[in-house]
Amino acid sequence: MNMSALRYGLRQGFLSLRRNLWLAAVTAGIIAISLAILGGFLLLAVNVGQMLRTIETNLEIAVFLEEGVDPAAISRQLTEHALVQGYVFVPKEQGLVEFAQTLGDPAFLAGMEGENNPLPDLFRVRANDAQSVAALAAAIRAFPGVETADYGEELVGRLISVTYWLNRLLLGMSGLLALGAVFLIVTTIRLSVVARQDEVGVMKYLGASNSFIRFPFLLEGVVIGWTGTLVATIALGLGYERLATSLQQEALTFFIRPVTDPAMILPIFGGLLLLGTLMGGIGSIVSVRKFLRV
Amino acid sequence: MRGELTLIELKRVSKSYNNCAQPAVANLSLQVNRGEFVFLVGPSGAGKSTLIKLVFREQTPSSGQITFEGRDLSRLKQKELLRHRRRIGMVFQDYRLLKQKTVYENVAFALEVIGRPAKEIRRKVPAALAEVGLTGKEKAFPAELSGGEQQRVGIARAIVKDPLIVLADEPTGNLDRNNALQLMELFETINRSGTTVIIATHAWDLVDRMKKRVVAMENGCLIRDEQRGSYGNEHVST
Repeated sequence: MNMSALRYGLRQGFLSLRRNLWLAAVTAGIIAISLAILGGFLLLAVNVGQMLRTIETNLEIAVFLEEGVDPAAISRQLTEHALVQGYVFVPKEQGLVEFAQTLGDPAFLAGMEGENNPLPDLFRVRANDAQSVAALAAAIRAFPGVETADYGEELVGRLISVTYWLNRLLLGMSGLLALGAVFLIVTTIRLSVVARQDEVGVMKYLGASNSFIRFPFLLEGVVIGWTGTLVATIALGLGYERLATSLQQEALTFFIRPVTDPAMILPIFGGLLLLGTLMGGIGSIVSVRKFLRV
Repeated sequence: MRGELTLIELKRVSKSYNNCAQPAVANLSLQVNRGEFVFLVGPSGAGKSTLIKLVFREQTPSSGQITFEGRDLSRLKQKELLRHRRRIGMVFQDYRLLKQKTVYENVAFALEVIGRPAKEIRRKVPAALAEVGLTGKEKAFPAELSGGEQQRVGIARAIVKDPLIVLADEPTGNLDRNNALQLMELFETINRSGTTVIIATHAWDLVDRMKKRVVAMENGCLIRDEQRGSYGNEHVST
């Protein structure tokens, strides 16, 4: 495309935008809403993922010993095991004290001291990494004298499962919203095409190439898509920054710490910008296609 | 020599539309040489407009072959098709001017859309407007012009890109006799400069007066092809 064609395309594209300003604004608004929701879902997914990883990383395996087993033998095996990062021995007396603190009512455990203590001795074991927790727990269960080794796998499993389905649901909803936005772009651009139908027809008779005819409409769609996405990313970025700052200040718990690493956040915003621009472009191409058949 | 002279050749061309049992063009063979002036005459529905569309390659034949400068039009690739259309100047009965553009812009548009440089546009548009007698009307909008003037803009737009051929479909259909006569004279001037001209028309009196080649059609068939011909009796049935 040469300079005069480019100039023509730019002029016509922006003229069309000005002519359909309100419709273009509404379309950009809907794109902004759908992409902000999609971006919100993605940010949520990133944060839930990080939360799960934090939980998994901090998982401890509670190793309950059988009655009368020598803790030193277990301790030796734990020391030698390659997947063990560290461990703490909790004798049953200390276990009872901790249990009483958890319940908040020491009187409830009256009469359970000494011989009557129902709790077993236990080790709290930490694995080298989150991925090794399950394997290490299985290995420890096979140690002689170990009654069970538990790290809350049911809870983690349920969390992973809920997150999995939640992610899919949210992605599906975002996809539908994005599709709706594309249809809206198609409608908006089609109105522009219809408004300039005579011109398009004349252009074909004058020997204009399809790309020449398509360019102003493509530009219009891309500008609408890009504007919508820009609004979405700015709003989402500001909102997320405020939320992240307030959560960090609250310091709720160690695992609800919002993701602020630019390497994880920026690809989401970059992807949204690309997606919005693509939506605009694809919508335009679909709209114009029918009118190019002369 | 014959091959070099021939610009358009139709060999047993038929064209049927899906929704019509009767073919719009039936087994038509025709040859048009470079620099010829040809009237296509015949009643409405005779197939004149379809023939023009076939030459422009807006339509492709259902059977038979059309060559333009020796190239089979059915086999043109997208780029070749654009090149083909850029060598044809089209003139329509309803002018097809863009009402939001001035006379100058309408003519310049023909060069803009094929990517000609601004310098060339500035040089050629005034020359084309001068050729059709519209110097001084550059800034007028189509709505401010008479029908004859609007058609002159249409002709200027067709010739500004120096086409090999001008195809005109009922160019005087919306004009009074005086304007129609002036336009025909303009087409004759264009033809004298070497451009081939094919005009589909019902203006029997002008055809008779101009004594050019006449190709008469009826029901999609060629029924008469005469050098220095006349409209004949076909107008009686329109």
